[in-house]
Amino acid sequence: MEKRVTFKGWKLPLLLILPQVFVSAVFFFYPAVQAIWQSMFIPDPFGLSTRFVGLGNFEYLFSNSHYRASFVTTAVFSLLVTLCSMVPALFLAVLADRLVKGAGTYRTLLIWPYAIAPAVAGVLWLFMFNTRIGIVSWYLGKLGYDWNHVLNGAEAMGLVVVASSWGRISYNFLFFFAALQAVPKSVIEAAAIDGARFWRRFFTIVLPLISPTTFFLLVVNVVYAFFETFGVIHTITGGGPQQSTTILVYKVFSDGFVGQDLGSSAAQSVILLVVVGALTVVQFKFLEKRVHY
Amino acid sequence: MKKFAIGAMIAGTTMLSPLVASAQTEIQFWHAFTGRLGELVDAQVVAFNGGQSDYKVVASHKGNYSETLNAGIAAFRAGEQPDILMVFEVGTATMMGAKGAVKPVFQVMADAGASFDQDAYIGAVKGYYTDTDGQMLSLPFNSSTPVLWVNRDALTAAGIDADVDLSTWDKIGPVLDQLKAAGSTCPLTTAWQSWIHLENLSAYHNVPFATKDNGFAGLDAELAFNSPLQVKHVQTMGDWAKDGKFIYAGRRNEGGANFRAGECALFTESSAGYAGIKAEAKFAFDVRPLPYWEGVEGAPLNTIIGGASLWVMEGKDEANYKGVAEFLNYLSSTPVQAQWHQDTGYLPITAAAGDATREAGFYEANPGTDIAVIQMTTNTPTANSKGIRLGNFDQIRTIIDEELEGVWSGGKDAQTALDSAVTRGNELLRRFEAASR
Repeated sequence: MEKRVTFKGWKLPLLLILPQVFVSAVFFFYPAVQAIWQSMFIPDPFGLSTRFVGLGNFEYLFSNSHYRASFVTTAVFSLLVTLCSMVPALFLAVLADRLVKGAGTYRTLLIWPYAIAPAVAGVLWLFMFNTRIGIVSWYLGKLGYDWNHVLNGAEAMGLVVVASSWGRISYNFLFFFAALQAVPKSVIEAAAIDGARFWRRFFTIVLPLISPTTFFLLVVNVVYAFFETFGVIHTITGGGPQQSTTILVYKVFSDGFVGQDLGSSAAQSVILLVVVGALTVVQFKFLEKRVHY
Repeated sequence: MKKFAIGAMIAGTTMLSPLVASAQTEIQFWHAFTGRLGELVDAQVVAFNGGQSDYKVVASHKGNYSETLNAGIAAFRAGEQPDILMVFEVGTATMMGAKGAVKPVFQVMADAGASFDQDAYIGAVKGYYTDTDGQMLSLPFNSSTPVLWVNRDALTAAGIDADVDLSTWDKIGPVLDQLKAAGSTCPLTTAWQSWIHLENLSAYHNVPFATKDNGFAGLDAELAFNSPLQVKHVQTMGDWAKDGKFIYAGRRNEGGANFRAGECALFTESSAGYAGIKAEAKFAFDVRPLPYWEGVEGAPLNTIIGGASLWVMEGKDEANYKGVAEFLNYLSSTPVQAQWHQDTGYLPITAAAGDATREAGFYEANPGTDIAVIQMTTNTPTANSKGIRLGNFDQIRTIIDEELEGVWSGGKDAQTALDSAVTRGNELLRRFEAASR
């Protein structure tokens, strides 16, 4: 049985959604339509002349093996960032949830990293892992491991994933923690009386009960990995070495703002729009079925 | 902080009156300098404003080179462009292609009736920014050229005579062996790998970097830096990297920190690295000409410049252009140029400024500071060493960086990497050609 709130007539509901529609129109639909329009032209940087090429920009992109490889890079990166930011966050939330004393202090400390801008977080991690002067790479060197993310693509990917996930753990922690607090104690106590151990209770009772939060975070974190990690990548690797950390959104930036190739850049944002749209639809269609509200 | 610095400068300069009369014409000047260079630019502007009362130049920092160019382009599209925009050398083709957005400097000077002797400018510097008729399209502002920086103490520590001949790459090989054998963790490092080890390498040995006179003669140029000489050089560097004799630190000037900290023995970097090295290095250092390969005909020819030039934007009033002309002439004047050259390590843009610096005894007091000037001016530039003018060049450099990294990490051999860079770069050139048609 679904509960529905019903309005009499159309005027009030329309009025209520108007601000949202207005914001979406200005900040989403208008730029999106512009991007689609621009993606069919090759303009010169100054906007002095443009040439209509139809789907030429898309052909150009998909014939480029590096652009196609960027899809794989993006998939790997987003998966890793989502995992690395959600799993530790849940673990920390479970631990914090069990605390009796000092919970407030821990919570506050755990939330701190979220206050740091991605670009700044990128610089912090870059300092620690700097191949020559970084403290972590220095210790790794002591252990006999030669850290060099400047040349090693896998290490570069690892570093941008960790740097992107770090601040995000705080954000996810906050949501998980709230969700855990909302799990009815009576259910857990009943299971405990029946003899279920902590981890069994966690997997069979708690996890399903917080699944709406997990689902929400999944969607939000994938979108985050797709779009907002730009600052981290820009400061740490600049997309290198050899494009091993060039995710789709970074390529939009570097082609558009470094290369001044606005046609290609617009076409890429259209593709990105389609990809993220499709991804969200998939998530809602298939994953949401397994979510219990 | 910046406001404070400017404020301090104004307060500290007695000859100036910062108060502005309303009749003045404002000249907007967007640049990409921060730190010490930013202060020096501001000082030039303050001095110009104080020296006359008709114009007031307003200098604004707009981020790094790429960001400044972007800011200029975005502003032009919005109809709010500055009068003068600083654009780095790789953006030259973009600016030249923007007919209707920029007003060539020689035109500005002629329209304003200002005196403008193009022959006074050093050929190797202005050549980067002239059209096919030799007319100056923009005014070179900060130009530098790569040289070899040497940590003399590191050589001595490895049992090598600090005055050892390092003029050719052939002679550098054994020195790197000795350094490595003596336990050096960084015998050689570099900054700006594409600029130094491909663009300048090509010019220095009189081989083309791209067809059509490196792009000067037309938009249909194709990259050509996969010829035997460049392959040999990159392969040698790759082998050195594998043996730990060449340490790669990053795409920009990350290697500078390692050199200034005393870790690296040899360092190929811009002559403009002078200020930083002089300030930080706690070891004896000197400057040598960039090494070349023995047995290549015509080598060493001349190296080419990097840096930025000032472009004048279209769409301003006549009065503004008169002011711009006056300001550009002020910047080119001998005392201002000589001071700039001595303060920063950038090349003087006029021969007179170089002479003034020599007469003042600066080169004797600071040995090696004239190496860059000599390296640039001893030989007459050819079509291969005048400069490089390619569209999408910033992105092509990124491609070159990526492919070179493939060689340094041992994943690719030099021929494969350079062939791939040429193919990928040519795609971007065709893209630019299509957009500029």
